[in-house]
Amino acid sequence: MITEAHPAAMPGRPAPILADTATITGRNLRRLVRVPTLLVFATVQPVLFVVLFSYAFGGAIHVPGLARYIDYLLPGIFVLAIGFGASQTGVAIAEDLTTGMIDRFRSLPITAAAVLAGRVAADALRNLFVVALMIAAGAAIGFRFHAGPAAALAAVALAVVTGLAFSWLNLLLGLAVRDPESAGLAGLFPVIILFFTSSALVPVVTMPGWLQAFAKANPITVITGALRTLCLGGPTTRPVAEAAAWIAALLAVTVPAAIARYRHATST
Amino acid sequence: MADAVITAEGLGKRFGPVHALDGVDLELPAGAVLGVLGPNGAGKTTLVRILATLLKPDQGRARVAGFDVAEHPAAVRRRIGLSGQYAAVDQFLTGQENLVMIGRLYGLTRRQARRRAGELTGQLELDGGAGRLVRTYSGGMRRRLDVAASLLAAPPVLFLDEPTTGLDPYGRLALWQVLGELTAQGTSVLLTTQYIEEAERLAGMIIIIDHGTVIASGTPGQLMARAGGDRLELQSPPGQDPRRLAGALSALGTGEPAVDAAAGRVVLPVADGPGILPEVAARLAAAGLQVSGLALRRPTLEEAFLALTGGVAAATARPAHGTRSA
Repeated sequence: MITEAHPAAMPGRPAPILADTATITGRNLRRLVRVPTLLVFATVQPVLFVVLFSYAFGGAIHVPGLARYIDYLLPGIFVLAIGFGASQTGVAIAEDLTTGMIDRFRSLPITAAAVLAGRVAADALRNLFVVALMIAAGAAIGFRFHAGPAAALAAVALAVVTGLAFSWLNLLLGLAVRDPESAGLAGLFPVIILFFTSSALVPVVTMPGWLQAFAKANPITVITGALRTLCLGGPTTRPVAEAAAWIAALLAVTVPAAIARYRHATST
Repeated sequence: MADAVITAEGLGKRFGPVHALDGVDLELPAGAVLGVLGPNGAGKTTLVRILATLLKPDQGRARVAGFDVAEHPAAVRRRIGLSGQYAAVDQFLTGQENLVMIGRLYGLTRRQARRRAGELTGQLELDGGAGRLVRTYSGGMRRRLDVAASLLAAPPVLFLDEPTTGLDPYGRLALWQVLGELTAQGTSVLLTTQYIEEAERLAGMIIIIDHGTVIASGTPGQLMARAGGDRLELQSPPGQDPRRLAGALSALGTGEPAVDAAAGRVVLPVADGPGILPEVAARLAAAGLQVSGLALRRPTLEEAFLALTGGVAAATARPAHGTRSA
């Protein structure tokens, strides 16, 4: 028996966009712990990255001025793990599109931004966990923060904020390519290319000259550089400002583009 | 007209060269059920998506619950429920979690959403599965959960796009019963279906669309009459030429009998269904013919199309051209 009035038709809900974003965040957090692939991306993969890269490259690479390679490596691995994890966001939104979930959300009295931001917020919480896990794994094999607790917290915050840009980029990719498998590839591809042409694994000065110019401007180099100064010490203002500028630029493009795509998205 | 909850005038939508909808008019009075009947690809889903604000029409206009769908989509969304063609539920949430999520997004409090979820799982016979992940559900259970989600806010206008496709007879009956209760309480429903029986059972008014245009509309009785009434189906026993059955009975029909020689089957359109059965028996006895099966039934969608379109739509009435429905 239908006993309710039509509460949906009642105006004057307080701050509905925040409540709706929280509801969608809850949905995505539940999925995070229940979908096996997502769980692996959030737990096994980050630890594997830390251990494998550290032991595979650590013997061969000596970074001037640093005693342990793990101190140099870990900030870059933050970015890699977050970037790889974000590809699952493109997969998920493309799945929602093909299964009709987006049709359902779009027929509800909620804004586009709430659906997408709910996804990004869940990603941010996952990334907080992933970064903490990588710090723990890194610490087990010798990683230490050298610039104090405030800078360490700032590094974690910057890593999570970097994740926001990756998440919005993958939402846009997933809505654009529409097919879950293609969305996964589309999300991983730029991360792989940018990661290996950045300073994440080796200092840029060790690269051939033609690659150095690209590597210096590469956003992963810029962001990794900022993370490194926060972890290891040194002047932070300029690197962090440059990283923030890259992230802001990415968000300025991807957020409105993803919302615009979502507004016209429907399953076929 | 004054109390119509849905009106559409000249709705048109193109996808590239394809006219998915080409000048559709319709009207749904408050509290009524409109059945939209048509084969796959006829434009049913496009029509529902435009009325539910998911797609913008290229031509024409539509009002739902007092608001123009293109100009005030947010106002429309507060007053509709939609159950699309595929079960749009999260398979990694439980049935209960899915419903509570949708309820929260409609603006219910957590307590209200839980109570409504409980009511709906009961109504749609989902109690046993409410606490289980949807990925363990059968196709029919997912479908019913999807319908339950569309009912969460008790919306005054409900869109159901082929709601019983994939349901077993039990699930179909449960859904029909819920829809009956809803309409008795004043909910207006627009329902698409490929099953003429379903439209007849649920809808006071039916429109038949094909190739994006309305080819017939009326009450189920009017359409049945135009489709040539009931069909008498006879099965000839092995060894007896079914054409002899057709010859003996053709004078009773309102149209030409269709003979399927390979299957030994004869189908004859008849006007006064049960009333002619004694005459059928008499003629068969007089001609010394046997039947191994006899049925009086409603025309199938294909037969109704054939009759209403003069045969032109016969080719498109087969649902075998793929599973997409534009």
